[in-house]
Amino acid sequence: MAGARGLALKKPSALPGFGLALGFTLTYLSLIVLIPLGGLVLKSATLGLAGFLDVVTGPRTLAALRLSFVTALIAAVINAVFGVIIAWVLIRYRFLGRRLLDAFVDLPFALPTAVAGIALTTLYAPNGWIGGWLAPLGIKVAYTPLGITIALIFIGLPFVVRTVQPVLEEFDRELEEASATLGANRRQTVFMVMLPTLMPAILTGFALALARAVGEYGSVIFIAGNMPFQSEIAPLLIIIRLEEFGYAQAAAIGTAMLLISFAILLFVHLVQAWSRRRFGQ
Amino acid sequence: MTDAAVAPLLVSTPQSQAVTTEQPLVRYVLIGVAVVFLVVFLFLPLASVFVEALRLGLGTYFASITEPDAVSAIELTLLIAAIAVPANVVFGLAASWAIAKFDFHGKSLLNSLIDLPFSVSPVISGLIYVLLFGAQGYFGAFLKSENIQIIFALPGMVLATIFVTFPFVARELVPLMQEQGTQDEEAALSLGASGWKTFVKVTLPNIRWALLYGVVLCNARAMGEFGAVSVVSGHIRGKTNTMPLHVEILYNEYNFAAAFAVASLLALLALVTLVVKVALEWRYADQIAASRRH
Amino acid sequence: MDAPVTNGITSGSTWPLSWTRRWEKPMQVTIEAVVRKFGATAALHGISLDIQPGELVALLGPSGSGKTTLLRILAGLDAPTSGRVLFDGDDALKLTVQQRNVGLVFQSYALFRHLTVLDNIGFGLRVRPRSRRPSRQEIKRRALELLDLVQLTGLEKRFPAQLSGGQRQRVAFARALAIEPRVLLLDEPFGALDAKVRRELRRWLLEIHNKTEHTTVFVTHDQEEALELADRVVVMSEGKIEQIGTPDEIYDEPNSPFVFSFIGESSTLPVRVEQGKVWLDEHTLDLDVNGVPNGPARLFFRPHDVEVGTDLPGAIPGVVQGLRRHAGARRVDLAVASLPDRIEIELPADYNIGRSGRIAVRPTQFRLYPATPQD
Repeated sequence: MAGARGLALKKPSALPGFGLALGFTLTYLSLIVLIPLGGLVLKSATLGLAGFLDVVTGPRTLAALRLSFVTALIAAVINAVFGVIIAWVLIRYRFLGRRLLDAFVDLPFALPTAVAGIALTTLYAPNGWIGGWLAPLGIKVAYTPLGITIALIFIGLPFVVRTVQPVLEEFDRELEEASATLGANRRQTVFMVMLPTLMPAILTGFALALARAVGEYGSVIFIAGNMPFQSEIAPLLIIIRLEEFGYAQAAAIGTAMLLISFAILLFVHLVQAWSRRRFGQ
Repeated sequence: MTDAAVAPLLVSTPQSQAVTTEQPLVRYVLIGVAVVFLVVFLFLPLASVFVEALRLGLGTYFASITEPDAVSAIELTLLIAAIAVPANVVFGLAASWAIAKFDFHGKSLLNSLIDLPFSVSPVISGLIYVLLFGAQGYFGAFLKSENIQIIFALPGMVLATIFVTFPFVARELVPLMQEQGTQDEEAALSLGASGWKTFVKVTLPNIRWALLYGVVLCNARAMGEFGAVSVVSGHIRGKTNTMPLHVEILYNEYNFAAAFAVASLLALLALVTLVVKVALEWRYADQIAASRRH
Repeated sequence: MDAPVTNGITSGSTWPLSWTRRWEKPMQVTIEAVVRKFGATAALHGISLDIQPGELVALLGPSGSGKTTLLRILAGLDAPTSGRVLFDGDDALKLTVQQRNVGLVFQSYALFRHLTVLDNIGFGLRVRPRSRRPSRQEIKRRALELLDLVQLTGLEKRFPAQLSGGQRQRVAFARALAIEPRVLLLDEPFGALDAKVRRELRRWLLEIHNKTEHTTVFVTHDQEEALELADRVVVMSEGKIEQIGTPDEIYDEPNSPFVFSFIGESSTLPVRVEQGKVWLDEHTLDLDVNGVPNGPARLFFRPHDVEVGTDLPGAIPGVVQGLRRHAGARRVDLAVASLPDRIEIELPADYNIGRSGRIAVRPTQFRLYPATPQD
């Protein structure tokens, strides 16, 4: 125990339990996370690089990955725009029901995805509250990529709002005043001074929403049409491959999705590092 | 702000605030847009759950949720949560103790690892266990020979749930404990308390609200998890179906009223979670504020 | 020498390097009976002030005196409950912040962190409506000139986070100057800087003021700064003007106990005026009454404006309570008669006296004010 502490600790500490705590943590992580994920990568590696690329770039897989990613991207962009508006309204204005609305924003975090899934499907089905209203206009939502996008908007909504809110709350009013005394009208102040400062937070929220939406299953599976090549999301394809006992294939698609997620995470990291350097936090 | 409570939209802005806010028309429009967006995307889906659940009347509603398969789904959901949440609490405490009270190489890597499940699709979270413990998995043959069933049985579902939910407690505790530092514990130790005593009597009370907050979030997710559990479950009615899976089955059978009835229970859980969450944030903001700034 | 009063339209014209000199006549600011109430409390109780063109005026006072409120009203960030503000005789209150064309420098610099130094300085020019906006090259040229004026050439591509406090404040100045303001308003501009930088920047501000000759109003609670920089000082307290005057007038002829004690150091004693003489306890002091009416009064003098001795007639008798070194001299606390007040006087470092020693003190310069109900 002492040896382990001496090795890992950077500076000595009087508190006990380091070895026990760290040991337990690492074991837990290894058993629950690292080994299983390692198994995933290993399994997809059994295909060899050529085989892996084969699976991932196969037409059906590509269509599924593309669908998952594109709908997630559109949803994340919409969430970015409206998320900023919602955060702005919640932080900067006072109105009846503001607190309630603020608490409500977290609903997608709390509501089970399956519940959201069936609710959204029912809502946007041709005979649903909203779907029925859109049908005469010729707009089909349920069982189309549009429906998937709507579900992903629901899922990602809190991310941008919650990352932007704290930054907006702490925003220095004097910057707005300075901008006004320099002659900028309100629109210019918002777009040239405030939004650029909020941009790192917006980008972070956007990326988090994107990462969440790319892999989303429960809220999407009901409203998607699940037609291969058209409205089949990547997670569904993984399940189908699993049911066909195509473990390696399922693993390959899973690995591809992991890579996408990690790329998004890396992006978040870079944005935050860049903003720390530039703004000197 | 001085004009907080009064006739909110109608108070004219004093000059001192007029410079740093938008014109009234712009404000009204933005508020309108935000409200409409939230109503359409959040409120309507939630409302439809309850409306659909009660569409065929209260009788059908209660019948749906007391039906044997539904009841066993509820029991299974509760059982999985009862195992997963405490396990994750222990993990959260251990991880935050190690991260917050000590300085060691690889600390930030560990921190990032803890956030890992948030970037992994739920389906993948289930897939990885199937790859390990499924019939064709790495340990498949071994498990079969020992007659141990992990996938398509409770253990697999618990594992998948743990994977998806373990960050929740840790994420709330780590920033808070980091903020609190080691002074209290060092003081207790110097007064002669043992490690365990210090932990129980000094550390735990300091973090109790953040711990509760994390437990509430962890529980909500554990009970509501769908994708990961769906992959490792066998969808065997009455045996390996949690409430979300049961909802799926009912819905796919076009048994909408029943599906929404069970779903409404989950929705109620979500609302209770939100209420507790807001209450905790409101009263103990400073003690859980650290995590908000994530 | 007098450039045409063209209101800032510059595109197409060439600007001589001396554009930073006044291109337009400096502005006169008139404040008439300005009152600012917040609910029931009044931050300003009817302020009237005439600021001459090109003048450097200091609003001096403790926190809560209303000086920042007044400055913000001039800038347009706040509006008075009643009263008028005139810029060169025109009603300024009907102008929005953007229209007032004032240059405001904040204590916390308020630089835009996402913009380079150059972009910060040029910001006010970039947001102008198209008809009044100079070309991009012109904006850049002007910003570089201003950068030169504030002696920060070479830093144009830096970001505010990479600058020191003093540098940031100079950039803030340059940014305010870029819009060719009619009046410069400075809100405790050096408050966030350490002492040495503060002194350097004070000198620098005077230089800039002499070069550009803008009408300038600055707010400070540092009386040393006010006396050093200002053409005139406006001493404020609790929303009212206590005294307006040149630094010399304020220092040598303070017209109220507040001003006397706020500016420079002071010692004070309660006294009585009776029969044309000043009485301390039971004996008279050899001091002119100066028209102060009979009754209780307050005597004020500065620690160094005294003559001392062991046996001075008509002087204040004191018993030494404490001594300490103060720069090149000594400061001595004296207990006076049976009064609870202590007075502080300055003695040469080599003066031979110790604790409990007796000494007589006669102020050479002093002021006498009738006692106020608080005394």
